[in-house]
Amino acid sequence: MVPFLALLLPLALALTALLPRCSVVSARIGSVALAASVVWALVSASDGGHWRWVWLDELGLEIHLALDGFGSVMVALVGGIGALILWYSTEYFPEHRSYSRFVALFLVFAAAMSGLVLSADLFSMFVFWELTSVTSFLLIGMNDESASARNAALRALLVTGAGGLFLLTGVALFQIAEGTTSFAALAESEGAGAMFAVAAMFALVGALTKSAQFPFHFWLPGAMSAPTPVSAYLHSATMVKAGIVLMARLSPAVDHVDAWRWTVVVAGGVTMLIGGARALRQTDAKLLLAHSTVSQLGLLTVLVGIGHPLALYAGVAHLVAHAVFKAGLFLAVGAVDHAIGTRDIRELSGVGRAMPVVAVLSIVAAASMAGVPPFLGFVTKEKVLAVLLETGDGRSAEMIVALGFVVVGSVLSVAYSVRLVHGLFAVKPGRPMSEVHHAPGFGLSFPVVATGAVTVVAGFLAGWWGDLMKTAARSLDDEAKGKLVLWPGFNLPLAVSLVVLLAGLMIGRRTPETPGPHRWRLSGEAAFQWTYDGMLRGSIAVTRYTQSGSLVAYMVVVIAALAVAVGGPAIGLIGDVEGDVVFADSAVQVLLVALASVFAVAAVVTNGRLAAALLAGGVGFSSAALFATFGAPDLALTQLLVECLAIVVILMLVRRLPTRFDEDRAWLPRTVRIVVSLAVGVAVAGFALATSLSRTAPSVGEEYLVRSAPEGAGNNVVNVILVDFRGTDTLGEMTVLIVAGLGIANLLVHARRRHARKVEA
Amino acid sequence: MNRDRSIILDEAERWLFRLILLVSVFLAVRGHNAPGGGFIGGLVAGAAFTLRRLAGHTSLEELCGRLRPQALLGAGALVATITALTPLASGDALLESAVWSADWPVFGKFKLVSAAIFDVGVYLAVVGFVLTMLVVLGGSDDENDGASDGNVRP
Repeated sequence: MVPFLALLLPLALALTALLPRCSVVSARIGSVALAASVVWALVSASDGGHWRWVWLDELGLEIHLALDGFGSVMVALVGGIGALILWYSTEYFPEHRSYSRFVALFLVFAAAMSGLVLSADLFSMFVFWELTSVTSFLLIGMNDESASARNAALRALLVTGAGGLFLLTGVALFQIAEGTTSFAALAESEGAGAMFAVAAMFALVGALTKSAQFPFHFWLPGAMSAPTPVSAYLHSATMVKAGIVLMARLSPAVDHVDAWRWTVVVAGGVTMLIGGARALRQTDAKLLLAHSTVSQLGLLTVLVGIGHPLALYAGVAHLVAHAVFKAGLFLAVGAVDHAIGTRDIRELSGVGRAMPVVAVLSIVAAASMAGVPPFLGFVTKEKVLAVLLETGDGRSAEMIVALGFVVVGSVLSVAYSVRLVHGLFAVKPGRPMSEVHHAPGFGLSFPVVATGAVTVVAGFLAGWWGDLMKTAARSLDDEAKGKLVLWPGFNLPLAVSLVVLLAGLMIGRRTPETPGPHRWRLSGEAAFQWTYDGMLRGSIAVTRYTQSGSLVAYMVVVIAALAVAVGGPAIGLIGDVEGDVVFADSAVQVLLVALASVFAVAAVVTNGRLAAALLAGGVGFSSAALFATFGAPDLALTQLLVECLAIVVILMLVRRLPTRFDEDRAWLPRTVRIVVSLAVGVAVAGFALATSLSRTAPSVGEEYLVRSAPEGAGNNVVNVILVDFRGTDTLGEMTVLIVAGLGIANLLVHARRRHARKVEA
Repeated sequence: MNRDRSIILDEAERWLFRLILLVSVFLAVRGHNAPGGGFIGGLVAGAAFTLRRLAGHTSLEELCGRLRPQALLGAGALVATITALTPLASGDALLESAVWSADWPVFGKFKLVSAAIFDVGVYLAVVGFVLTMLVVLGGSDDENDGASDGNVRP
């Protein structure tokens, strides 16, 4: 039952959504299905169901999903917000040709994200992690005609993909160090040793990339080229929380690693400040929200990663609160954009009067984001401050540093909330009132209303909501506890909150609507671009150097490598050689070898291409005859046929080439070519001689001769070897043959077309 | 139509082509117990098409009618892969041979080894490869399509 609703149902619906005519219906059914998964997750949370699918037993790799307290809250979040946004999307972009793709990808993503939050071990989480990266890539680049959307998608994929590799390294190191990647087992283990710490740090880098933490914070604002429903779901409410989920799951096991705690605090804290400061400079409301998301993710990173059970509780509570209000804000901005045609706060004026419902609920959500009572955001923010201010044994140096970051970050978040609300909805003197072209219908309004309602109701039912969060946090760390209260009374956290609100209000009112020029920039984006361009340039340079395009050069390299590869072992075997060399079995063999040698020398000496081709064929025919005298009819027959066809093919090529070899144009001097050719001849012959004379084990041929008839049901042992004993080799060789054939065909057709174009031009 | 086509080759090709194809099938089928097999059979069939090409049938239609070389390559890969993978379904190793024996009223005892089906895949792939080469390299003798402008490096 565990995987059914959350994973399989969305996947099944994704298939039907691909049919263009069914996409809207699928979206509505999918929305209901996702809503059902919320009910299911909350109802069956207590039974703690497990579901395992063993993949590689020898390595202990399996997909292990568990519906624990945290998992059920997260599934409810993923399903609930997914349901609302999918419903919203039906009105946001109806009848667009790529809508079916959107619905399908959206549902696949919902399934992957549900799997991620339910994962009970790091390996399972990695698998779903990568799935979310891929769907995110496809969804950011949904407007595939826009170059900037494609670039943003690629950038997000490269950053999160690189992070995924770090996570994979972490998975492998945990497996080596502890023999397991299960979160529960890791939490119980000692976790001593350098490898454990290194593994934790690798996993942490993965988490930081996914959750857009400094220095990887730049990809998230870029991802805003996705349509708003995608941004709201993936890049604010769910996917970017994957890193937080990973840290929350892992931190009880690894929080004794000092580097982990300090990295988390510094990366999260710096991100909080960068995101908050940048949000104050945005004029695009959606980008403002993107930067605020980066900032809030920094706060969550600090809380869940710092390794304090109470902070973990506060982090889980704020994680849910943030997802709810941020999704609501994104959807509200989308609704304004949809209705008016712009979301630039410099152009909007008086939207609050024109769209009162959206405006009121946005203000509720923004107030929650700023931490204004009585909303959910206030309740959780108070909890955060209370935990960090609490004096006692649990307080450490990094918690004091974190407190500093959180206070400044909170001031900024009040300031950007003010900027957002004022910019979107206020009547601005001296500016024409914005006109509403498409009034938002039920589809666009309802999700905004629903998230707003949760923010308000959960704020008032803080006690009950807090218990729910406690179940979630307890499943991560037994010591996690806490309560949420709407009105804590006048205490230190409330005093700090008031100061923060006042300071933020002032900063928010005073930031100019149009930002001034950049004074300084800690640009991860530039660093990324520099690395990316450098790698491209480097690989081009390497390719230019190694791929000269000269056939002779390639041949010389290949042949020289062969000479070294077989010549070395041959020299090494000289000491083991025993037994006599049989010169020849019969006079015919001597004659055939002499004939082949004459052909070979003549082929090298001749100046005509046609003659050289025929003479090389002569060498082949002599060899075929030689095989026949050794009693190998299959080999002889094959050699004969291959030689015939090869000559015909070479002749077809030769008619297009100059009739004579042109010595002056040769790429390598003659002496080099002669030396390499002689070397490979001597090396191969010497290798064959040395290996057959120093045999220690009986020939595998003897065994095959015995096994051929009973096991392979054939009397021709050569054929039984080809299709049975070594059949996999044949399969591989066939594949090479097929790929080579198709490759040659495509290259030549392409070259001819290019030539034809040149002739026309 | 090529001016220099040889009438003798042209006439001989008509029946030699079919004969060689027949021989190729014969070689492929008997390969499990006597010299031959899918690879050799495929090469012989390739030789039949090469003869056709040398007799002056240069275009794809003249060479192999509605048969497409790429389709042969794909069919070969498909047959071989399916034969290789089938034993996995029953828990055996990759390419494990199965033997079916049956007594036929006229032909007598007949034994079919699953490896022979694998050999059919090899046969098809080899014929497809040779045909591909003949089609892409063996364009008409008459037209100078410019590939040879004398500037090709040795």
